[in-house]
Amino acid sequence: MTTLDLKGLLCPMPIVKMAKAIKEIEVGQTLEAVATDPGVMADVPAWCRSTGHELVTLEKLDKQFHFVVRRAQ
Amino acid sequence: MAKPEEIFPENVLKAIGGKPIKNKLYMVVLSGDMDKVMAAFIIATGAAASGMEVTMFFTFWGMKAIQKDGILTGKSLFGRMLGIMNRGGLKAIGPSRLNMGGMGRWMFKLMMKQKGVASLAELYDSAVELGITMMPCQMSMDVMEFDPQKDFKPNVTEPVGVAKFLEEAAESRVTLFI
Repeated sequence: MTTLDLKGLLCPMPIVKMAKAIKEIEVGQTLEAVATDPGVMADVPAWCRSTGHELVTLEKLDKQFHFVVRRAQ
Repeated sequence: MAKPEEIFPENVLKAIGGKPIKNKLYMVVLSGDMDKVMAAFIIATGAAASGMEVTMFFTFWGMKAIQKDGILTGKSLFGRMLGIMNRGGLKAIGPSRLNMGGMGRWMFKLMMKQKGVASLAELYDSAVELGITMMPCQMSMDVMEFDPQKDFKPNVTEPVGVAKFLEEAAESRVTLFI
Protein backbone atom coordinates (compact mmCIF):
# COMPACT_ATOMS: atom_id res chain seq x y z
CA MET A 1 0.00 0.00 0.00
CA THR A 2 1.45 3.35 -0.99
CA THR A 3 1.10 6.41 1.20
CA LEU A 4 -0.37 9.58 -0.28
CA ASP A 5 1.94 12.46 0.59
CA LEU A 6 -0.08 15.54 1.63
CA LYS A 7 2.72 17.16 3.62
CA GLY A 8 2.98 20.93 3.28
CA LEU A 9 -0.47 21.24 1.67
CA LEU A 10 -3.10 23.53 3.17
CA CYS A 11 -6.90 23.65 2.83
CA PRO A 12 -8.53 22.65 0.47
CA MET A 13 -5.75 20.66 -1.25
CA PRO A 14 -5.59 17.66 1.15
CA ILE A 15 -9.21 16.71 0.43
CA VAL A 16 -8.93 17.63 -3.26
CA LYS A 17 -5.97 15.20 -3.55
CA MET A 18 -7.83 12.59 -1.45
CA ALA A 19 -10.88 12.80 -3.73
CA LYS A 20 -8.65 12.18 -6.74
CA ALA A 21 -6.63 9.36 -5.14
CA ILE A 22 -9.66 7.46 -3.80
CA LYS A 23 -11.01 7.10 -7.35
CA GLU A 24 -7.84 5.27 -8.32
CA ILE A 25 -8.34 2.42 -5.83
CA GLU A 26 -10.99 -0.31 -5.82
CA VAL A 27 -14.08 -0.26 -3.57
CA GLY A 28 -13.16 -1.86 -0.23
CA GLN A 29 -9.46 -1.03 -0.57
CA THR A 30 -7.79 1.42 1.78
CA LEU A 31 -5.83 4.59 1.13
CA GLU A 32 -3.18 5.75 3.57
CA ALA A 33 -2.13 9.41 3.71
CA VAL A 34 0.10 11.70 5.71
CA ALA A 35 -0.44 15.46 6.11
CA THR A 36 1.02 18.34 8.12
CA ASP A 37 -2.00 20.67 8.11
CA PRO A 38 -3.72 20.42 11.54
CA GLY A 39 -6.99 21.24 9.71
CA VAL A 40 -7.19 17.63 8.52
CA MET A 41 -8.14 16.53 12.05
CA ALA A 42 -11.56 18.10 11.48
CA ASP A 43 -11.69 18.00 7.69
CA VAL A 44 -10.90 14.36 6.98
CA PRO A 45 -13.66 12.98 9.26
CA ALA A 46 -16.10 15.54 7.75
CA TRP A 47 -15.03 14.56 4.23
CA CYS A 48 -15.63 10.89 5.08
CA ARG A 49 -19.11 11.67 6.44
CA SER A 50 -19.98 13.65 3.28
CA THR A 51 -18.68 11.08 0.81
CA GLY A 52 -19.57 7.91 2.74
CA HIS A 53 -16.01 6.56 2.76
CA GLU A 54 -14.95 4.89 6.00
CA LEU A 55 -12.34 6.55 8.21
CA VAL A 56 -10.28 3.64 9.54
CA THR A 57 -7.68 5.54 11.57
CA LEU A 58 -6.64 9.16 12.12
CA GLU A 59 -3.78 9.96 14.45
CA LYS A 60 -1.23 12.64 15.20
CA LEU A 61 2.33 11.38 15.28
CA ASP A 62 5.17 13.84 15.82
CA LYS A 63 3.55 16.91 14.14
CA GLN A 64 2.26 14.77 11.27
CA PHE A 65 -1.24 13.47 10.74
CA HIS A 66 -1.59 9.90 9.53
CA PHE A 67 -4.90 8.55 8.37
CA VAL A 68 -6.38 5.59 6.53
CA VAL A 69 -9.64 5.72 4.56
CA ARG A 70 -11.52 2.78 3.04
CA ARG A 71 -13.32 3.44 -0.25
CA ALA A 72 -17.08 2.85 0.09
CA GLN A 73 -18.44 3.31 -3.43
CA MET B 1 -30.85 11.28 -0.06
CA ALA B 2 -33.69 13.02 1.78
CA LYS B 3 -36.80 13.81 -0.25
CA PRO B 4 -37.54 17.52 -0.79
CA GLU B 5 -40.77 17.33 1.25
CA GLU B 6 -38.69 16.22 4.23
CA ILE B 7 -36.47 19.30 3.99
CA PHE B 8 -38.73 22.11 2.84
CA PRO B 9 -42.24 23.19 3.86
CA GLU B 10 -44.97 22.88 1.22
CA ASN B 11 -45.05 26.57 0.22
CA VAL B 12 -41.31 26.58 -0.47
CA LEU B 13 -41.56 23.43 -2.56
CA LYS B 14 -44.35 25.01 -4.58
CA ALA B 15 -42.20 28.09 -5.22
CA ILE B 16 -39.38 26.00 -6.64
CA GLY B 17 -41.70 23.90 -8.77
CA GLY B 18 -41.50 20.86 -6.53
CA LYS B 19 -38.22 19.75 -8.07
CA PRO B 20 -36.04 17.40 -6.05
CA ILE B 21 -33.15 19.02 -4.22
CA LYS B 22 -29.76 17.80 -5.42
CA ASN B 23 -26.59 17.47 -3.39
CA LYS B 24 -25.37 20.54 -5.22
CA LEU B 25 -23.60 23.82 -4.48
CA TYR B 26 -24.57 26.86 -6.51
CA MET B 27 -22.37 29.88 -6.11
CA VAL B 28 -22.65 33.43 -7.42
CA VAL B 29 -19.23 35.09 -7.69
CA LEU B 30 -19.81 38.84 -7.93
CA SER B 31 -16.47 39.91 -6.43
CA GLY B 32 -13.30 40.11 -8.47
CA ASP B 33 -10.89 40.54 -5.56
CA MET B 34 -8.14 38.02 -4.96
CA ASP B 35 -9.27 37.16 -1.41
CA LYS B 36 -12.93 36.69 -2.31
CA VAL B 37 -12.23 34.74 -5.51
CA MET B 38 -9.89 32.56 -3.47
CA ALA B 39 -12.61 31.86 -0.89
CA ALA B 40 -15.01 31.03 -3.74
CA PHE B 41 -12.60 28.52 -5.33
CA ILE B 42 -11.66 26.94 -1.97
CA ILE B 43 -15.31 26.31 -1.07
CA ALA B 44 -16.14 25.13 -4.61
CA THR B 45 -13.22 22.68 -4.90
CA GLY B 46 -13.82 21.43 -1.35
CA ALA B 47 -17.48 20.79 -2.17
CA ALA B 48 -16.65 19.00 -5.42
CA ALA B 49 -14.04 16.88 -3.63
CA SER B 50 -16.73 15.97 -1.06
CA GLY B 51 -18.95 14.61 -3.80
CA MET B 52 -21.18 17.64 -4.46
CA GLU B 53 -22.14 18.81 -7.91
CA VAL B 54 -20.86 22.41 -8.19
CA THR B 55 -21.78 25.31 -10.46
CA MET B 56 -20.19 28.75 -10.23
CA PHE B 57 -21.95 31.70 -11.82
CA PHE B 58 -19.57 34.62 -12.49
CA THR B 59 -21.03 38.08 -12.79
CA PHE B 60 -19.72 41.66 -12.95
CA TRP B 61 -16.32 41.94 -11.19
CA GLY B 62 -16.33 38.18 -10.69
CA MET B 63 -15.79 37.67 -14.41
CA LYS B 64 -12.19 38.80 -13.92
CA ALA B 65 -11.62 35.37 -12.37
CA ILE B 66 -12.47 33.48 -15.57
CA GLN B 67 -10.75 35.90 -17.94
CA LYS B 68 -7.53 34.77 -19.64
CA ASP B 69 -4.37 36.37 -18.27
CA GLY B 70 -2.96 39.41 -20.06
CA ILE B 71 -5.99 40.11 -22.27
CA LEU B 72 -7.19 43.62 -23.02
CA THR B 73 -10.96 43.69 -23.35
CA GLY B 74 -13.45 46.17 -24.81
CA LYS B 75 -14.48 47.52 -28.20
CA SER B 76 -15.75 51.09 -27.65
CA LEU B 77 -13.70 53.90 -26.06
CA PHE B 78 -15.23 53.34 -22.61
CA GLY B 79 -15.03 49.58 -23.02
CA ARG B 80 -11.31 49.75 -23.75
CA MET B 81 -10.71 52.20 -20.88
CA LEU B 82 -12.45 49.73 -18.57
CA GLY B 83 -10.29 46.93 -19.99
CA ILE B 84 -7.12 48.87 -19.15
CA MET B 85 -8.16 50.05 -15.68
CA ASN B 86 -9.82 46.80 -14.66
CA ARG B 87 -7.33 44.17 -15.74
CA GLY B 88 -8.65 40.66 -15.36
CA GLY B 89 -7.12 37.20 -15.10
CA LEU B 90 -6.10 35.37 -11.94
CA LYS B 91 -2.59 36.87 -12.02
CA ALA B 92 -3.81 40.47 -12.17
CA ILE B 93 -6.44 40.57 -9.43
CA GLY B 94 -5.47 42.00 -6.04
CA PRO B 95 -6.82 41.77 -2.49
CA SER B 96 -9.92 43.79 -1.54
CA ARG B 97 -7.96 45.60 1.18
CA LEU B 98 -4.31 46.73 1.45
CA ASN B 99 -3.54 46.27 -2.23
CA MET B 100 -1.57 49.55 -2.30
CA GLY B 101 -1.11 49.67 -6.06
CA GLY B 102 -0.13 46.01 -6.39
CA MET B 103 2.20 45.78 -3.37
CA GLY B 104 -0.47 44.01 -1.35
CA ARG B 105 -1.04 41.49 -4.11
CA TRP B 106 2.69 40.74 -4.29
CA MET B 107 2.98 40.43 -0.50
CA PHE B 108 -0.05 38.14 -0.13
CA LYS B 109 1.10 35.92 -2.99
CA LEU B 110 4.55 35.60 -1.40
CA MET B 111 3.18 34.91 2.09
CA MET B 112 0.76 32.30 0.79
CA LYS B 113 3.47 30.63 -1.26
CA GLN B 114 5.78 30.46 1.76
CA LYS B 115 3.07 28.74 3.78
CA GLY B 116 2.15 26.30 1.04
CA VAL B 117 -1.32 27.66 0.21
CA ALA B 118 -2.46 26.68 -3.29
CA SER B 119 -2.29 29.60 -5.73
CA LEU B 120 -5.40 30.82 -7.54
CA ALA B 121 -4.15 29.17 -10.74
CA GLU B 122 -3.76 25.81 -8.95
CA LEU B 123 -7.24 26.17 -7.42
CA TYR B 124 -8.68 26.96 -10.84
CA ASP B 125 -6.99 23.88 -12.36
CA SER B 126 -8.35 21.73 -9.52
CA ALA B 127 -11.83 23.13 -10.18
CA VAL B 128 -11.56 22.14 -13.84
CA GLU B 129 -10.23 18.69 -12.91
CA LEU B 130 -13.09 18.14 -10.46
CA GLY B 131 -15.63 18.95 -13.16
CA ILE B 132 -16.97 22.21 -11.70
CA THR B 133 -19.23 24.09 -14.12
CA MET B 134 -18.31 27.76 -14.61
CA MET B 135 -20.83 30.07 -16.25
CA PRO B 136 -20.41 33.73 -17.20
CA CYS B 137 -23.28 36.23 -16.93
CA GLN B 138 -24.50 37.34 -20.35
CA MET B 139 -25.60 40.82 -19.27
CA SER B 140 -22.36 41.77 -17.45
CA MET B 141 -20.44 40.39 -20.39
CA ASP B 142 -22.32 42.69 -22.76
CA VAL B 143 -21.89 45.75 -20.51
CA MET B 144 -18.15 45.21 -20.05
CA GLU B 145 -17.70 44.25 -23.72
CA PHE B 146 -16.18 40.84 -23.19
CA ASP B 147 -15.87 38.46 -26.11
CA PRO B 148 -16.70 34.96 -24.80
CA GLN B 149 -14.58 33.26 -27.48
CA LYS B 150 -11.53 35.48 -27.11
CA ASP B 151 -11.49 36.67 -23.49
CA PHE B 152 -12.55 33.71 -21.33
CA LYS B 153 -10.66 30.58 -20.34
CA PRO B 154 -11.53 27.48 -22.40
CA ASN B 155 -13.41 25.63 -19.63
CA VAL B 156 -16.06 28.32 -19.22
CA THR B 157 -19.55 27.55 -20.58
CA GLU B 158 -21.69 29.69 -22.88
CA PRO B 159 -23.00 32.86 -21.17
CA VAL B 160 -26.29 32.52 -19.28
CA GLY B 161 -28.94 34.75 -17.70
CA VAL B 162 -30.87 35.07 -14.45
CA ALA B 163 -33.48 32.42 -15.36
CA LYS B 164 -30.78 29.78 -15.77
CA PHE B 165 -29.26 30.86 -12.45
CA LEU B 166 -32.62 30.59 -10.65
CA GLU B 167 -33.43 27.22 -12.20
CA GLU B 168 -30.15 25.74 -11.00
CA ALA B 169 -30.11 27.56 -7.64
CA ALA B 170 -33.61 26.24 -6.86
CA GLU B 171 -32.48 22.63 -7.12
CA SER B 172 -29.28 23.18 -5.08
CA ARG B 173 -29.02 22.28 -1.40
CA VAL B 174 -26.41 24.99 -0.79
CA THR B 175 -26.35 28.42 -2.43
CA LEU B 176 -23.72 31.09 -1.80
CA PHE B 177 -23.14 34.67 -2.90
CA ILE B 178 -19.55 35.86 -2.80
